[in-house]
Amino acid sequence: MPRSRPSLLPLAPLLTIAVLLLPVGAGLAGVLAPAFGWFPALGGTSLSLEPWRALLAWPGLPDAVWLSLTTGLGATALSLLITVMICAAWQGTRAFGVIERALSPLLSVPHAAAAFGLAFLIAPSGWIARALSPWATGWDQPPDILITQDPMGLSLMAGLVVKEVPFLLLMTLAALGQLPARRSVLLAQTMGYGRMAGWVLTVFPRLYAQIRLPVYAVLAYSCSVIDVALILGPTRPSTLAVQVLEWLSDPDLSLRFQAAAGAVLQLGLILGVLLLWRLGEMTAARLGCACIRRGHRLARDGAIRAAAMGLALIMALAVGLGILGLAVWSVAGFWTFPDLLPDQLTWRNWMRQSDGLIRIALETAVIGTVATLISVTLTIACLEAEYRHGLRQSARALWLLYLPLIVPQATFLIGLQTLAIGTGWTGAQAAVIAAHVIFVLPYVFLSLSDPWRSWDARQGLVAASLGAGADRILWRVRLPMMLRPVLVAAAVGFAVSVGQYLPTLLIGMGRVTTLTTEAVALSSGGDRRLIGVYALSQTIMPLAGFALALALPALLFRNRRGMLDRG
Amino acid sequence: MISRLTVTTAFVACLCLPAFADPDPQDWDAVLQEAQGQTVYWNAWGGDPRTNDYIAWAGQQVQAQFGVTLEHVKLSDTATAVSTVLNEKAAGRVEGGSIDMIWINGANFASMKENGLLFGPWSEDLPNWALVDPVANPALVEDFTVPVEGLEAPWSMARVVFYYDSARVAEPPRTIPAFLEWASANPGRFTYPQPPDFLGTTFLKQALLGLVSDTTPLYAPVDQADYDAVTAPLWAYIDALTPHLWRQGQAYPQNGPAQRQLMADGEIDIAISFSPGEASAAIANFELPDTVRSLVLEGGTIGNASFLAIPFNANAKAGAMVVANYLMSVEAQLHKQDAAVMGTPTVLAMNKLSAEDAARFAALDLGVATLSPADLGPALPEPHPSWMQRIAADWEARFGVAR
Repeated sequence: MPRSRPSLLPLAPLLTIAVLLLPVGAGLAGVLAPAFGWFPALGGTSLSLEPWRALLAWPGLPDAVWLSLTTGLGATALSLLITVMICAAWQGTRAFGVIERALSPLLSVPHAAAAFGLAFLIAPSGWIARALSPWATGWDQPPDILITQDPMGLSLMAGLVVKEVPFLLLMTLAALGQLPARRSVLLAQTMGYGRMAGWVLTVFPRLYAQIRLPVYAVLAYSCSVIDVALILGPTRPSTLAVQVLEWLSDPDLSLRFQAAAGAVLQLGLILGVLLLWRLGEMTAARLGCACIRRGHRLARDGAIRAAAMGLALIMALAVGLGILGLAVWSVAGFWTFPDLLPDQLTWRNWMRQSDGLIRIALETAVIGTVATLISVTLTIACLEAEYRHGLRQSARALWLLYLPLIVPQATFLIGLQTLAIGTGWTGAQAAVIAAHVIFVLPYVFLSLSDPWRSWDARQGLVAASLGAGADRILWRVRLPMMLRPVLVAAAVGFAVSVGQYLPTLLIGMGRVTTLTTEAVALSSGGDRRLIGVYALSQTIMPLAGFALALALPALLFRNRRGMLDRG
Repeated sequence: MISRLTVTTAFVACLCLPAFADPDPQDWDAVLQEAQGQTVYWNAWGGDPRTNDYIAWAGQQVQAQFGVTLEHVKLSDTATAVSTVLNEKAAGRVEGGSIDMIWINGANFASMKENGLLFGPWSEDLPNWALVDPVANPALVEDFTVPVEGLEAPWSMARVVFYYDSARVAEPPRTIPAFLEWASANPGRFTYPQPPDFLGTTFLKQALLGLVSDTTPLYAPVDQADYDAVTAPLWAYIDALTPHLWRQGQAYPQNGPAQRQLMADGEIDIAISFSPGEASAAIANFELPDTVRSLVLEGGTIGNASFLAIPFNANAKAGAMVVANYLMSVEAQLHKQDAAVMGTPTVLAMNKLSAEDAARFAALDLGVATLSPADLGPALPEPHPSWMQRIAADWEARFGVAR
């Protein structure tokens, strides 16, 4: 009997936090020390402020910091705004299902692949210009205008927004299931409020409390993103995160001190941005209350609703066409401006890669599956411990959980690599899986914790009063009811694992290859045909995970309409 | 006291032990024997599918001939491998390291050598070292002026060439000043990879060599020269060139392949390359139109060698030496110079080969856009790496941050 054996469950939160915290802590120490001049292998054996002096002497610093700040805040604010617009305008309607189906596949498109696709679409020699040339534009040669890599980072923001809206939308959907959204909006509408105004004023405040941490994760990610910034971002200078990585990979090893200082600055930047955002939240709340007091009903929202629909479709179309562009590139022969399609189509690009592709895809799947399983198990154990033993984490403990998403990856991973080498535990698949768990676990927790906590505990009481023990309630009542959020969380975790570049590279010491490390290595060669091959493979894998997450509940609960209700 | 002595002795023994265990390249039979069954993790830039295919081919050969398993660890940046070895040193991992061999040259080599991260000397004891001629080809023993001293073995030669689309450019420029004239007549049709990318920095070095009257200061460390005076003509030149570049110099391609993509997209007409065979290879790979041709500058272009180095803590040193020796063989070098494979110039000296082997090299088809060895003209040696770093940093301050 499970009840008679001593339970390990109360230890789950501690174990989880240790799994996340020890590596991050070690990694941070590995950054802070060189930031203040301590790195014995490079001759840094005394503490000094020299790295900071070198960092401040870099002429691009103000621009790089400003760029990270504006693109990060801009991309997050836009993503949240568009998500809210879409939900407020269409949630609960048939059109919402269309938007959801159009946008959710985008979630599985790796950032780098989406960015490549977008870049090919909007560049002066890109697909849109090709479609219009020369018959409409008169261009025989691509025009010399700056679109990607623009100094303000607008295309970088666009690249981030098309990826973050689907993420926020998915998080919102998972949380909405626990809110009486439809009834709230209906009530507001009977009082004369417009659909959007009613949603924003009654549903959004409760919803935002549930998706706050995902929003913070988006914010931290957008400020420190590397691959998208490399593809779409400006380069004179680039964002701070990209610059830090450049210093880290410079052959002049003494630049590592400066890089470490830059990484610490990046951390400070992210904390500052989070603070700014928090102030923005409070201002928004005040504005919302003021709006309610004035009593404007804002009933005429037809134009904004259409705009929300338009934006959603444009985003889906942009990424969809971008991926289609990559797909065409993957079978392209010679293809130059202004031809709409390649001169020849050939399978050569795929054939050349086929041997490696299958082996690497398998390795990617194994790593992703194991890392996801560990993460989901730990998350559920934590949440269940919290529920049964009242071990509710303090807000601070919760923040610790999200540290890996907030501390810039490139930074603490270098320190982590040193640690891993010290223990001789590198280059092994197991070590890579462990490193992936650090990043997968927070996302799984982010996705699952709110829906899990919002579960109506009276269901458990009913089961208990019928004589079920805690374990039986978990397995027979709660998990089935939570199947959809659990699977969604697992799919998110799997996608996160598939997309990991730096942890795989640094901890796997290059000996463990996944689709992503292979794609990024090839993308440094700039051949769109190979990028097409790997970006497509890299996209298909998480897509399969999401398809399962959506299909399984529909299949299992096909006779239980109540289990499929999304509120 | 005794215990301290014991500890010291043990410590010294530990320090010496790897040296005792290291294979000796002068006893080549022993090396071959030790290499049998070893797995060599070769960290090499993975951005070029043709190079990757060549490495895979070499892996099959060394497996069949010497029983060595070759694993290509594909890097997007060689400096990653340098960091890894450095991290291993920091963590005290003095043997059983994760990297057995690195494709390396220039600043990465200088950095590893300076930080004591390399195994050796070994390369001049390889049997196939007899096939190269370091007197005629000093790039084999001086890597960007830094003495190689047997710490790395050459496996490939590189030369600066420019490629252009002959369908769009009738009379390409052939001197550095002529590039400025051409660019002002054809605004937006030329660019170079953004320094500190090595190809972009190479363009700056090539321009500097073409603009100064006396090149001798460039072959000593930069702090021994009057840097400002030497580089003044370069910055005046780049100042004049920048407004005529692609996107008026507001954006740059990030590396050579990205620049090649711009060429394929018809965004630019002339590009710099460090591989004389690149244009032919790219035409064969559908990446460039078949009207592309190569050119070199009057007075010569920069040439250097690519090397293979073994980290001090490599796990399979014998295997790495066997692979390096194989890559210097006639068979491997012939295969690599074949335009259908990679089309890169050989490190071997024709006068050191048998007449039969030399004839095989002479009979190679180099490809439609590749210049013959005679047409490549004189090779200029690489300046000291400290110039490269200083110029790249200076470029960044002047042009790399928006003003």
